[in-house]
Amino acid sequence: MSKSVSSKNQASQSLQTNFAGIEAPNPFWLASAPPTNTGYQVANAFRAGWGGAVWKTLGRPIVNVSSRYSAVSYKNNRMMGLNNIELITDRPLDVNLAEMKAVKAEFPHHALIASLMFETEAEWHDCIRRCEDIGVDGFELNFGCPHGMCERGMGSAVGQNPDVAEKITGWAKAVATKPVIVKLTPNITDIRVAGLAAQRGGADAVSLINTINSVTGINLDTWEPNPSVNGYSTHGGYCGPAVKPIALNMVAELAKDPAFKIPISGIGGIETWQDAAEFFLMGASSVQVCTAVMHYGFRIVEEMISGLESYLDQHQLSHYSALTGQAVQRFTQWQNLDLNHKVIAHINPETCIGCQVCYSACEDGAHQSIALLANSRVPQIKEESCVGCNLCSLVCPVDDCITMVPIERGLEKVTWLDHPANPHRKVMV
Amino acid sequence: MSVVPETTQTEVIFPKIKPPLHQNQAVIEASRCLFCHDAPCIQACPTSIDIPMFIRQIMTHNTAGAAKTIFTQNIMGRACAYVCPTEVLCEGACVYNDLNEKPIDIGRLQGFATDAAIANNWQFFEANDQTETPLNKKVAIIGGGPSGLACAHELTRLGVKAVVFEASEHAGGLNTYGVAPYKYGNNDSIAEVAYLQQIGFEIQTHTRVISQDSPQDKSFSGKTISIEALDAEYDAIFIGAGLGKSKRLGLPGEHFQNIHGAAEFIYTVRKLGPANVSIGQKVLVIGAGNTAIDASVQSAKLGAEVMLVYRRTQQDQSAYYFEVELARLNGVQFKYQASPVEVLGTSEGLVSGVRFVKNQLGAPDSLGKQSMEPVAGSEFDLPCDTVIFATGQEKLVEFYRNIAHLELENGKIKVNDCYQTHNPKYFAGGDCVNGGKEVVNAVAHGRDAARGIAQYLKSSISARTVSHV
Repeated sequence: MSKSVSSKNQASQSLQTNFAGIEAPNPFWLASAPPTNTGYQVANAFRAGWGGAVWKTLGRPIVNVSSRYSAVSYKNNRMMGLNNIELITDRPLDVNLAEMKAVKAEFPHHALIASLMFETEAEWHDCIRRCEDIGVDGFELNFGCPHGMCERGMGSAVGQNPDVAEKITGWAKAVATKPVIVKLTPNITDIRVAGLAAQRGGADAVSLINTINSVTGINLDTWEPNPSVNGYSTHGGYCGPAVKPIALNMVAELAKDPAFKIPISGIGGIETWQDAAEFFLMGASSVQVCTAVMHYGFRIVEEMISGLESYLDQHQLSHYSALTGQAVQRFTQWQNLDLNHKVIAHINPETCIGCQVCYSACEDGAHQSIALLANSRVPQIKEESCVGCNLCSLVCPVDDCITMVPIERGLEKVTWLDHPANPHRKVMV
Repeated sequence: MSVVPETTQTEVIFPKIKPPLHQNQAVIEASRCLFCHDAPCIQACPTSIDIPMFIRQIMTHNTAGAAKTIFTQNIMGRACAYVCPTEVLCEGACVYNDLNEKPIDIGRLQGFATDAAIANNWQFFEANDQTETPLNKKVAIIGGGPSGLACAHELTRLGVKAVVFEASEHAGGLNTYGVAPYKYGNNDSIAEVAYLQQIGFEIQTHTRVISQDSPQDKSFSGKTISIEALDAEYDAIFIGAGLGKSKRLGLPGEHFQNIHGAAEFIYTVRKLGPANVSIGQKVLVIGAGNTAIDASVQSAKLGAEVMLVYRRTQQDQSAYYFEVELARLNGVQFKYQASPVEVLGTSEGLVSGVRFVKNQLGAPDSLGKQSMEPVAGSEFDLPCDTVIFATGQEKLVEFYRNIAHLELENGKIKVNDCYQTHNPKYFAGGDCVNGGKEVVNAVAHGRDAARGIAQYLKSSISARTVSHV
């Protein structure tokens, strides 16, 4: 366990990464996106401390529109969610390959992954061979892009068809000597179907989630959806902090499926070391970041590295991989939850500032279990009717002022499966 | 002489201590509001503005909606945004204080919305919009200050014709002539009055209401109208006359030149503009209320060395802590526990200093407040070339004597909870009722008095048991 303060250039053993056979100094990689468009950017990212980068997707030539991005802000917080209608790389393959080669030569120990998107088997094979020739460490198959490319039968059009995804994965695996990661689209009903298809096709790993179909908003002056391209728009791919909960769920859905056995690279709204740690705990063994870098630049990785290292120190863990999947066992079906467990809200009168936001929330939005007293701004929990929903503690602006206190009722655990109210319960003999 | 319009020079000498927020700042600040239930800021506002709601409207770029929310409760919400002691009212009640977090900048947010409303002339109300059928009645309003204007505006909405009689060149009262210009300027107040008046009430400026029996004031160049004439012509009368001249202490030497009352000094600064006022090098301000602070800070900003002398202790001063802080930031010195005993002067008749005696704490009275006892032989002189007395303002008792059945208490007009005086036809509000409080209190009085007057005119109330406000 390292107690030393590690600088961004100093490899820390606790973060040394081997993801599906791909080595990297740490598990913080840049996702295939605008920040990995050029060798200039990727080299700067590696200098800043990023452990790997998935290059902006290579493919047949495309043409981009202007403008391309739009965002959702919450109150004064900018870019809570970002939406883009940008396509894959708009630069010639030769230029990209030359820059990738130069970056790999300068940073031989960092992970450089080629993201690919093609139509024909021959095109896939040709590009995989050319990438291996310049020394990439692995491939990521872009089965996720939800705008533009899917209209041409690629991107999410592949990811949404398990048979096609499996077949194309097989094409890639037929020639690739380096590990192949399949990037999954969230724009489907059940992520496990897509993940298992990739696995059947021979994928060495999956990464998820790609962006979510979205419209971020409408210009209320012109009635154009955002982002506007000369007065018109189209749905884009949503990412950023707002999508993290969706991504975490999808990662965990795959991680807890016993049939799913390959590593997961977590993507979706990751911005801090806490975000990354949560993805690890829910089954990821590396993470990829895009929006946070588009917002704040490459420098944020310093905080991610130092934060994760000190977290590992605090928990006396020698390597981050000890986190992977640890929360998955606690991620179960609703029917397995203990119906006899009870918590009740408790308001600390010492720290309560009397805003009574909890009262409004409970009274109008939940279970009418908070009372106001005539002589005090501190609300009072009606313990007899509090259902322990958490809402008051979620809206309270003061840290740890409202806590949810377990009530010991001396009752055995009972789940819906064997609850008397369940007409389909298994009758115990 | 009319009020001098603000020039850039005014802004240089008296830069606004609460400069306007721009849209981006306003939204950032509004985003911090927690939207409290039964919010303490509303409870702390004498006019009960729905502050969390207007802040939320600012946050969603609904600036007009925000202004309407404010003006619905307080038609002078723009002046109040800048002159209210928000630190001890709404902002003082903000729950963020309990988190040791900076309270929401409610005053400036209110200023943001109301500035936009006045600049764009967004009118939210119209005559008779609060009544089924307009009353064919007329009400005379004595004094075009905050209480009178609020009363006139509300009466107009209630279907009553209102005519405001204002002795000065412009209406607005203290907003035009009495508040510190670094809070609210002449242009601000005049524009606000014009904005309010569009609803359709009349203001007769430069018109003083007197008693037909009172001696003629030859120094007054405007029109006069007698209270007896108003009584004959109008169905009800609202008195929003404010306070009178600054009090003097009756000390030997008060006849020397360059001795001013604080209210008159501030009036002159506002009327002539700071560039046209000459203040001495060394100013002594007697008193430690908020008006004393205003006079001190303005003197200091005009370049004088200022000392404020108060007969009691620092704890006893009635000025708000943030006003004292403002004075200190402007270099004003404070001296406590000293009473003036004589004003000193030169053979040319100019003031040259003040002789003080030191006070020591004496025995506490029944309320526990300790008396101040002069220390024999402790007299000392402070040299100065200007003295400003900020020891309170007189009440217009002489004028009130001409109104039948008006009852006074310590010179303040006694009213019931409808702001009706002992003479059922007469209502009153603002400083002449509460002895001198904030603009926001006067607005609340005027607004609520209008409702009382409308009830009276509909004969739904008569003379009520008077309870002191």
